Amino acid sequence: MSPSDLLIIPFDDWVNTLVRDWLVPNFRPFFRALQVPITLVLNGLDDFLAFVPMLVVTAVLALLAWKYAGRGMAIFTVIGLFFIDMIGLWPETMTTLSMIITSVIFCAVIGIPVGILAARSDLMWKIVRPILDIMQTIPSFVYLVPIVMLFGVGMAPGIIATIIFALPPIIRLTNLGIRNVREDLIEAAESFGSTGWQMLVEVQFPLALRTIMAGLNQTLMLALSMVVIAALIGAGGLGLVVNTGLGRLDVGGATAGGVGIVILAIILDRITQGLGTQNQVQTVSLRETLVSLFRPRGKIATTEPGKAG
Amino acid sequence: MPAKLRVKDVYKIFGDAPDKALDLLAKGETKEAIFESTGQTIGVQDANFEVEEGQIFVVMGLSGSGKSTLVRMLNGLIRPSSGQILIDNDDVASCSADKLRDIRRSKIAMVFQHFALFPHRTILENAAYGLKIKGVGATERRKRAMEALEQVGLGAWAESLPSELSGGMQQRVGLARGLATEPQILLMDEPFGALDPLIRKGMQEELLALQKSLKKTIIFITHDLNEALMLGDRIAIMKDGRFVQVGTAQEIVSTPADDYVAAFVADIDRGRVFTAESVATEPSVVDLDADTAGDAVKAMEDQNLNALYVMDGQEIAGVVTYQQAAAADRESGADDVPLKDVLITDYPSADADTQLADLYERASTGLPIAVTDTDNRLIGVVEPEKVFAQLSSETPTEAPQPEPDTVSEPDRQPAL
Repeated sequence: MSPSDLLIIPFDDWVNTLVRDWLVPNFRPFFRALQVPITLVLNGLDDFLAFVPMLVVTAVLALLAWKYAGRGMAIFTVIGLFFIDMIGLWPETMTTLSMIITSVIFCAVIGIPVGILAARSDLMWKIVRPILDIMQTIPSFVYLVPIVMLFGVGMAPGIIATIIFALPPIIRLTNLGIRNVREDLIEAAESFGSTGWQMLVEVQFPLALRTIMAGLNQTLMLALSMVVIAALIGAGGLGLVVNTGLGRLDVGGATAGGVGIVILAIILDRITQGLGTQNQVQTVSLRETLVSLFRPRGKIATTEPGKAG
Repeated sequence: MPAKLRVKDVYKIFGDAPDKALDLLAKGETKEAIFESTGQTIGVQDANFEVEEGQIFVVMGLSGSGKSTLVRMLNGLIRPSSGQILIDNDDVASCSADKLRDIRRSKIAMVFQHFALFPHRTILENAAYGLKIKGVGATERRKRAMEALEQVGLGAWAESLPSELSGGMQQRVGLARGLATEPQILLMDEPFGALDPLIRKGMQEELLALQKSLKKTIIFITHDLNEALMLGDRIAIMKDGRFVQVGTAQEIVSTPADDYVAAFVADIDRGRVFTAESVATEPSVVDLDADTAGDAVKAMEDQNLNALYVMDGQEIAGVVTYQQAAAADRESGADDVPLKDVLITDYPSADADTQLADLYERASTGLPIAVTDTDNRLIGVVEPEKVFAQLSSETPTEAPQPEPDTVSEPDRQPAL
């Protein structure tokens, strides 16, 4: 005797009906349109990184690593990127890098405002929190299918899957950072007649920046870990190398792709971590250096909010 | 002209059903009983007071007495459950958010207990915060913030970060930030509470010195009665969210409203609260030319005095003691010993608002102390024994005269 003897719920049929018969026919154009900005940013970045000579990209990343993570990390960056180039994976690495950067840009653009709204309204947080819990616990393979049905296959759907996977930490930590700003500072800002916007820009955001940067770092790491899975639905880059190796039982190929991902992950992790901790004591000249360094690389959208204060 | 700040029947109930608690309060239930029956916490009840322009109004109470809640209601950080808070006829308790912001930007500033400086901003940027919020241009802002910093003596630190400054200096920045917008009202929420005693004393003196030129209307919150007595033109003592007593320092020390206030006042250095004026009596004098030593002796015998001031027209000529005058009178055998033969020209004197603590030494000469006004005219006399009587009195028989500018307050004693 079990409940299933009394009633069988055709849950899978319901979901099938919802997605196939309702979402796909009715909203496919809408979802297709969502890809447009992602494709735009991605293609721009991809073309740019493919165009810039390998040595220039290496130099810029090494310089950033040197500024934010010390000399050792700069040396590692140079050796690591040279190694990637020498094993013949440079173009794939740049594709992966542009995918990651695109994902992180969109995560920041969506996640920071949502996090701010969630921090300022308990109701909003009550709504957002379970959604984040679901996003973080649901296996990513589960949403690959509907993503393919709604968005098709290719780079942009891969990035959308990555965004879903990597978005929660930036929202959570933006919310946390803003909620943790000292109560008396909020009172002080309020007592001088700050508007909500002034409070945010002058006090809350700058003081939460460290935590937000930690969230951005987490998001970046999660995005990197999605590279292989996203390659399953047509995203290229190092993930594709790993998948191909897997399909052909080519140990060497899969390992090469994996090593590329690890090297890229270490470099990006150390740079963003350094950004988060050094931001508080940055001098103006350093800030300007940073901005001028970032400007030609188009990564300005992720780093610019950090300078708002 | 009405008072700068008027608080009328203000109540603050924390909880989800303030009306219920207000009803019970009206029926005379206590704070504890209401919390037990409804779960509502009474923050402030029946607050009624007025603060004149240029006055320092001190609210003194222990933690949990509602003083911080009260001061936060004055600039709308906390909205009262009922009542009116009028700043120049604008009701902070009920005005719109826009109006409230306007009032905060132009009329009222606040200084916080833990300084609440923005750690990511330089001292100058901190001081300029209120101006920036108001939309003052960068150069003007910088100039005015710098002036405010100069006022508190921190001009040299403009480009430092708050973390590089000591506590006392940080609070000066807090004060400068409050002053920079040139508000008429300054709210100070235990501003010196987090400072070392010595630095606190220095800051109090500095605040008084600044206030002499600034003449702001200041609401000052403290848990330290000595601080309250030193700074306050008028003082309110708070307990359980209500005012137990409102009055001048001397009124509170000399006639505590109840045992609670009396317990506080018991350890107070009365010599720092009372002034020469409070123990001075109407001078009875003799004239240098018209009167003789004999006249003086007679006058002193009549009034039971030991010494008498001698006037030369409007000027004080000196003082004669009973001993010397009587001796001279006896020795000469005649009635016409001139007063100037027994005159002591080295007499002790004091201003009306000299603290009694500063009179000890002068009183020890045994001579009455001449209380003089700014033109050096005699306006009163302090008998030495009165100084010590005032200091030691547990329950003084008579209250000192209320000062003329603080009279007539219907709300001095809140309805219980």
